[in-house]
Amino acid sequence: MLRNYLLLAWRVLLRRAFFTAVSLFGIAFTIAMLVLVAAMFDHVLVAGAPEVNQDRTLGLYFAEMEGETMARNGFAGYKLVDTYARNLPGVERVALASAPARLTTYHTGVPEKLYLKRTDDEFWNVMQFHFVEGGPYGRADLERGAFVAVINASTRARLFGADATAVGREFEVDGQRFRVIGVVPDVSFLRVVSFADVWVPHTTAKSDAYRAQLIGDFMGLLLMAPDADPRAIQDEFRSRLARIEFPDPQSFNRISAVPESLLQTVARMLFGARGTDADYGNRLLLALAVATMLFMALPAVNLVNLNISRIMERASEVGVRKAFGASSITLVGQFLIENLVLTLVGSALGVACASLGLWLINRSGVIAYAQLGMNLRVVAWGIAFAVVFGVISGVYPAWRMSRLRPVDALKGVSR
Amino acid sequence: MTTVTIQAGQTHGARGAVADTGGGSRTSASARTSIVALSDVEKVYRTDRIETVALSQISLDVQAGEFVSVMGPSGCGKSTLLNIVGLLDTPSRGRVTINGTPVTDASDRVLARLRNREVGFVFQTFHLVPDLRVIDNVEIPLLYRSMPGSDRRQAARDALERVGLAARMHHFPSQLSGGQQQRVAIARAIVGRPSLLLADEPTGNLDSQMGDEIMGILLDLQQREGTTIVMVTHDQRQADRTERIIRLFDGRLVQ
Ligand SMILES: Nc1ncnc2c1ncn2[C@@H]1O[C@H](COP(=O)(O)OP(=O)(O)OP(=O)(O)O)[C@@H](O)[C@H]1O
Ligand SMILES: [Mg+2]
Repeated sequence: MLRNYLLLAWRVLLRRAFFTAVSLFGIAFTIAMLVLVAAMFDHVLVAGAPEVNQDRTLGLYFAEMEGETMARNGFAGYKLVDTYARNLPGVERVALASAPARLTTYHTGVPEKLYLKRTDDEFWNVMQFHFVEGGPYGRADLERGAFVAVINASTRARLFGADATAVGREFEVDGQRFRVIGVVPDVSFLRVVSFADVWVPHTTAKSDAYRAQLIGDFMGLLLMAPDADPRAIQDEFRSRLARIEFPDPQSFNRISAVPESLLQTVARMLFGARGTDADYGNRLLLALAVATMLFMALPAVNLVNLNISRIMERASEVGVRKAFGASSITLVGQFLIENLVLTLVGSALGVACASLGLWLINRSGVIAYAQLGMNLRVVAWGIAFAVVFGVISGVYPAWRMSRLRPVDALKGVSR
Repeated sequence: MTTVTIQAGQTHGARGAVADTGGGSRTSASARTSIVALSDVEKVYRTDRIETVALSQISLDVQAGEFVSVMGPSGCGKSTLLNIVGLLDTPSRGRVTINGTPVTDASDRVLARLRNREVGFVFQTFHLVPDLRVIDNVEIPLLYRSMPGSDRRQAARDALERVGLAARMHHFPSQLSGGQQQRVAIARAIVGRPSLLLADEPTGNLDSQMGDEIMGILLDLQQREGTTIVMVTHDQRQADRTERIIRLFDGRLVQ
């Protein structure tokens, strides 16, 4: 039965070549766009090297301070994490890393820009880098303020030549000299928490001022125990913040920051909802789902129209099948299968186009070190989009057709 | 019950009691029970401006194994009658019973099952599915029964054999002549061994020689399998070869 339907679907699609081409183009375009977006999100928000622990990491990315007359917000300060985020219940490790600073090096004789990130030693435990050379710096290096650096592969090639090894060699950036102790693969710009060209101990900073900041340019990464409850951690942290005594309550008397997942933070930013404790992660997912539906709506409506005319053209066949015992439900099933074949073929084209698009983005360098790509998860999203699309664009025409009385259907087309 | 059995005026009794001669198990077992019973059926078409009474006060019985022809001038309601009997259309009023099952308020599922098991329809304009090969067209009624695919194939082959078209089973309908297409349509109508075969001017589009051949197939079916047949025809010669003629005029039965 299914084989019959598939064969028939195939033949009908081949015979109506123009209709098929128009439909396929619409479907392929829609699915390609959706898959591109899904690949972006996948790349940023789903655990992957080096951020393999993303699912159990709470980040203290942003903080906001308020007083009677003033308000400040920005990245978390070193002190906010170092003083108030340690020893929270259920947190196994706390790592600190600065936002990457864009600095200049004259190492090769001409000025070149490098992104430099200052971190503590725990950063290398929370992140999982695969060192291609050497290794990370440790507690001792941090305490000594050792001028050592981990660099990525592209930076190694830029500073020391294509096939050179780098460990033990020195380079200068922003007037400071560092000795390379490790080399890691490039990290995509979209991996905002771990991305940099150069990672160095934060104790090499030119001034100590950052250590006293509640708002600054750091982020705190809290690695939870596998069974930890994020809410308990958030509640404890919040109550600690509430007890902070501000030296000058006239200007600032309140600080808010929530350790939460990257998705939740991204959502909070997109919704412009700083300074509240509400969880915007689910709202973002919902908004994305709605946007996806809206984006699919127009091509779906077009496909519905094409389907209606295609099905009505075959009214006689519908009449025949009914006359020989097809129930309405069976017919709806048959036409849904036909439509699904069409949408799946279209989606396969769409996924292929999206792969090409991702490859072009990677190559163009628009996103530094982007490694956007198709993986099973993204393809699964593509298939899911296609099935939803196929069903919503197929159900209505199929239902309308199945309601025809056999006589009317048979009259629809007189052969 | 106001049901009456209409005996057509011009019955020649041409074939006598053929129904019991073929040894068809179904016929002998149920010995002359009513396959079709219409009671006071009326069909009114309402469009914006006019109301057409296509059928009015139709009551009739068709017995198992009978071969009945329906005659009458164009537009008198023959197709409407056949469509109602074949469950392709619903009457505006009155009751229809097919092989003992009342169908007036039947659900889509029940109707589909009856159409599938009890009725085989041969249309005047063939209505073959152009995208399907002959053999796949013939298989259509069996698709809606649960049975192994190989049995379906075999049954379709047998039916095509029966109408003398086994050699053409991999053709598409457009590659066949009109007479051949109509024989495919007959094969499709009989492949599921329905108790009732309905044919709306099966020979209307064919020359008289082809028409005789189709008529031969139908008579053979009735005699050997005991299939009940109701056939609409304009051809008096063919009607004379059936057991009973029902005449319609302006949507009414005439004696
Ligand atoms: N869908 C419809 N809407 C309105 N009127 C209809 C419809 N179908 C049939 N009729 C009318 O019902 C009457 C009977 O039509 P029907 O098709 O049953 O005639 P017929 O006896 O089969 O004629 P023919 O021999 O030409 O095939 C006709 O007057 C026709 O105009
Ligand atoms: Mg007619």
